[in-house]
Amino acid sequence: MALRIRDLTLGYDRHPAVHHLDLDLAPGSLTAVVGPNGAGKSTLLKGLTGELAPLEGRIDRRVARLAYLPQLSEVDRSFPIAVGAFVAMGLWHRVGAFGRVSGKDAARVDEALAAVGLTGFDQRPISALSGGQVQRVMFARLLLQDAELILLDEPFTALDTKTAADLLAVVQRWHGEGRTVLAVLHDIEAVRRHFPETLLLAREKVAHGATDTVLTAENLFRARQMSEAFDDTANVCVRPATRGAA
Amino acid sequence: MSWLIDPFADFVFMQRALLGCLTISLGATPVGVFLLLRRMSLTGDAMAHAILPGAAVGYLVAGLNLGAMTIGGVAAGLIVAVLTGAVARFTALREDASLAAFYLISLALGVLLVSLKGSNVDLMHVLFGTVLALDDAALTLLCLITTFTLVALALAFRPLVLECADPRFLASVSRWSGPVHFLFLGLVVLNLVAGFQALGTLMAVGIMILPAAAARFWANSIGGMLAVAATVAAVSSVAGLLASYHAGLPSGPAIILAAGTIYLLSLSFGPSGSLAARYWPRAHLEA
Repeated sequence: MALRIRDLTLGYDRHPAVHHLDLDLAPGSLTAVVGPNGAGKSTLLKGLTGELAPLEGRIDRRVARLAYLPQLSEVDRSFPIAVGAFVAMGLWHRVGAFGRVSGKDAARVDEALAAVGLTGFDQRPISALSGGQVQRVMFARLLLQDAELILLDEPFTALDTKTAADLLAVVQRWHGEGRTVLAVLHDIEAVRRHFPETLLLAREKVAHGATDTVLTAENLFRARQMSEAFDDTANVCVRPATRGAA
Repeated sequence: MSWLIDPFADFVFMQRALLGCLTISLGATPVGVFLLLRRMSLTGDAMAHAILPGAAVGYLVAGLNLGAMTIGGVAAGLIVAVLTGAVARFTALREDASLAAFYLISLALGVLLVSLKGSNVDLMHVLFGTVLALDDAALTLLCLITTFTLVALALAFRPLVLECADPRFLASVSRWSGPVHFLFLGLVVLNLVAGFQALGTLMAVGIMILPAAAARFWANSIGGMLAVAATVAAVSSVAGLLASYHAGLPSGPAIILAAGTIYLLSLSFGPSGSLAARYWPRAHLEA
């Protein structure tokens, strides 16, 4: 397993956003995470990156390197940096803080820019890019990160069809290279067409497995029943851990 | 031309003042550029106030002694920087609010200490500096601080740029995020202490921030901004010292006002993002 999650609860102010989740991701799997707003999808990714500490449970990440595209990136788009230099940040695992960016590394940057359709943009300041171009830049950086596990939080939201198709092709390239990809998505039709596996989440796991068995009308209806609001008078959860179950 | 050269050729105190100001220009302006890029311009000002009690303790212990006041200033600045950073990282309070709280406490403490012993003249010295009376020890200290700053910035340049441009990414690929932040705050404190020897605690921030703010209107890259900012600071130093010499003005404010003039000109007429660029745009291209 590339990722093994047992009885994971993540949340804010003691209120669970992801509740008692068990999940196994096989190496090389391409999984969509689907669920209503407030279902804990982004929270799950933050837990996997270590940004959010679990309230309970365990996450075993059996991969050397992880790359993460947040939903709301904290990129300062007014920062005076060129596209090429920005994308080259993805080489951090190779060059670190002090290493030299060699000619080979520069070629990698060019290759990544070409893969996302931004050839010739390397000298352009990031402040001059459109929203879709910024997302292409983020994907180019992810390409350079060369990670075994890639977490994407709503990577295709607010993109035109051409850009979304180009970046989806990048995701499929990762899948073909045997990388494990977990992507939060809202476009159910796109999930059915392009993602072999799906995790349907509504604070708790509704279903996980082959996409066509997960995205049934009944499962989607159950997911929509989830109450989004925190209950301020909720009691302490005493559910026994579901050890061993998958 | 003689009015330009003679003051520096004839008077040693002017040479010392020039050396001191150019040294500060080299060290403090890159720090100012990164403060500006991290939207922390006012942090410099707050830090300058935070240094006061340390300098005051040094003064109480050892009198008007450079070493004691420097150590005190650096210590007070670093304590406030570390407390601020720690509170921002480990509690719900954000960095700006946390810094405001600590620097106000620090400033009140400083004013209290200065008023315990010492006349208004001493307070004026700490607040407004004495660029025309820099001694060997002060000049050596300025050179050391600038050298250390430039070496540290060169070494930490890559993580520092990342911490400004995409802090979340830096935190996800390395453990540099925290260390580079504290190193940077340390450099801010060191350069403010260097600046207050010459320009005083209040004016030291000016030579840090004004050239950086002016540079934003001229350059679209970090390297370009650093070069423009250092040049602006150097030119302001010379212009301010000359104005101070010829017109009998206090030198610290004269230098900062020279930098302020360049800032206002840049804001109005600079090629990138200035008022002129907004209201009289150049002819646009075909694609």
